Amino acid sequence: MKSTKFTPVPLTKAETDKKWWEIGDFFRRNSLWLLMYCTGCCAIELPPAMTSAYDMERLGMGPMATPRQADILLVSGYLSLKTLRRLIYTYEQMSEPRYVVALGSCPINGGIYHDSHAVINQLDQYIPVDVYVAGCMPNTEAVMNGFVDLMDQIKHKRANGWKKYHENYSWYKANQITSLGEVDVHDEFHE
Amino acid sequence: MIVNILVGIGIALFGFALQTSIGGINRKIVGRLQKRHGPRWYQEFIDIFKLLSKRGISHGWIYDFGVIMALGGIIATAMFMPLTVDIVAFKQFDNFFIFVYLLAVGMLGMAMSASGSGNPWASIGVMRALTTMLAYEVPFLIVALTIINVSDSSSLTAIQAFQQTAGNNWFIIALPLGGLVGVLSLMGMLGKKPFETYIAPAEIASGPMVEYGGKQLGMLFILHEISVFIEVSLFVHLFLGGASNIFIFLIKYFTVYTVVNLISNVNGRFKIDQVVKFFYKWPLLLAIIQAFIAIYLGWVI
Repeated sequence: MKSTKFTPVPLTKAETDKKWWEIGDFFRRNSLWLLMYCTGCCAIELPPAMTSAYDMERLGMGPMATPRQADILLVSGYLSLKTLRRLIYTYEQMSEPRYVVALGSCPINGGIYHDSHAVINQLDQYIPVDVYVAGCMPNTEAVMNGFVDLMDQIKHKRANGWKKYHENYSWYKANQITSLGEVDVHDEFHE
Repeated sequence: MIVNILVGIGIALFGFALQTSIGGINRKIVGRLQKRHGPRWYQEFIDIFKLLSKRGISHGWIYDFGVIMALGGIIATAMFMPLTVDIVAFKQFDNFFIFVYLLAVGMLGMAMSASGSGNPWASIGVMRALTTMLAYEVPFLIVALTIINVSDSSSLTAIQAFQQTAGNNWFIIALPLGGLVGVLSLMGMLGKKPFETYIAPAEIASGPMVEYGGKQLGMLFILHEISVFIEVSLFVHLFLGGASNIFIFLIKYFTVYTVVNLISNVNGRFKIDQVVKFFYKWPLLLAIIQAFIAIYLGWVI
């Protein structure tokens, strides 16, 4: 006869870590704080997403002031070589786990700036991107849908961009150096 | 003694849970005010636990130690706070001046830690925070000393008991000018909006918190919730007659925090010199007039 007595099965360390990580994922996907890197026109879609029309705070999201505090780096619009340098700096300052959402067609394939000499075409060659929101410019519904997609990815452990950045760091760095020459941002006032 | 310490830690934890829930409810209220749906009421808990689950970086020894010192100082302050006339961890030690002194440990710990991060915005934020503190403390202390003079005791339980005896009004009614100064100083203490100068997210990138991320920011959030609990309960005990049981305390606490929050949300932000000028002009003047009327003329309603 099968015993009804509860015998706890000892978990290995990997299993315990996985359980803790799942609990952490619940908190992380319900409290996503944005750092908005708004260089292009897509930024105009964010005010309706934040205010009473779509109210992103009901999903627990909100804007934050500095990269250290933020979870999502929201890149909206084209990136010139000068801004890309700052973007990489900002991304590397954020505390992990960190996610990147790219808004509009400019970070996907260059958009209307695809043949410019000063603008990069594909953002995911330089930093890993978790969610793309396509469109020029995307609707506010599409922006909100992108955030919900990101929450879904975190739930199913598919938002692994920050791990990819660690694993393929040399590949990303090589791409950055090929395009930018050097990644360092010079202090123009004090040098 | 051990029972007292356990009760004190219980009060600090209760204060944290209370303020975090009421903060979340207030975010919902503000959302409705702005025709939004607003977040869930337990959103602040999710935020704090998320921050504790993230990977933080360190900016050095001072940075790490300052956060822990500030959190410890604030929890130690909250342990002395009486909830009602009866629920108090250390009887005889709920003196008003204990809170004034111990609250400074938390503030200075945070200042030390923020300066240790080496970011210029953090230094500006700390400087502004201490300047604001200097501005609101002077009128607040004058009113508090008037209350101590009138009720003949500086113990918070005795002040509560004095207001609850028949024939005596709450001090917000008995000293109306002082009550007004109390509300203004409370808004300064809580960093609510006309006096939000030292946070100013769009101007100095959230001031002292600029370099915090991950678990250090989580600890700062816990510190902030407990310090709000201390400041609002101090106001309830000094001006609103304290509480004879815990439900009255909850009602008064919720009312005070919500009213202050609503006032805050229809205001803009002062510059730092405007904050100091404001506090040294009207509240200080009112506080001195109130002290003169109450102490020398003996007119207490």
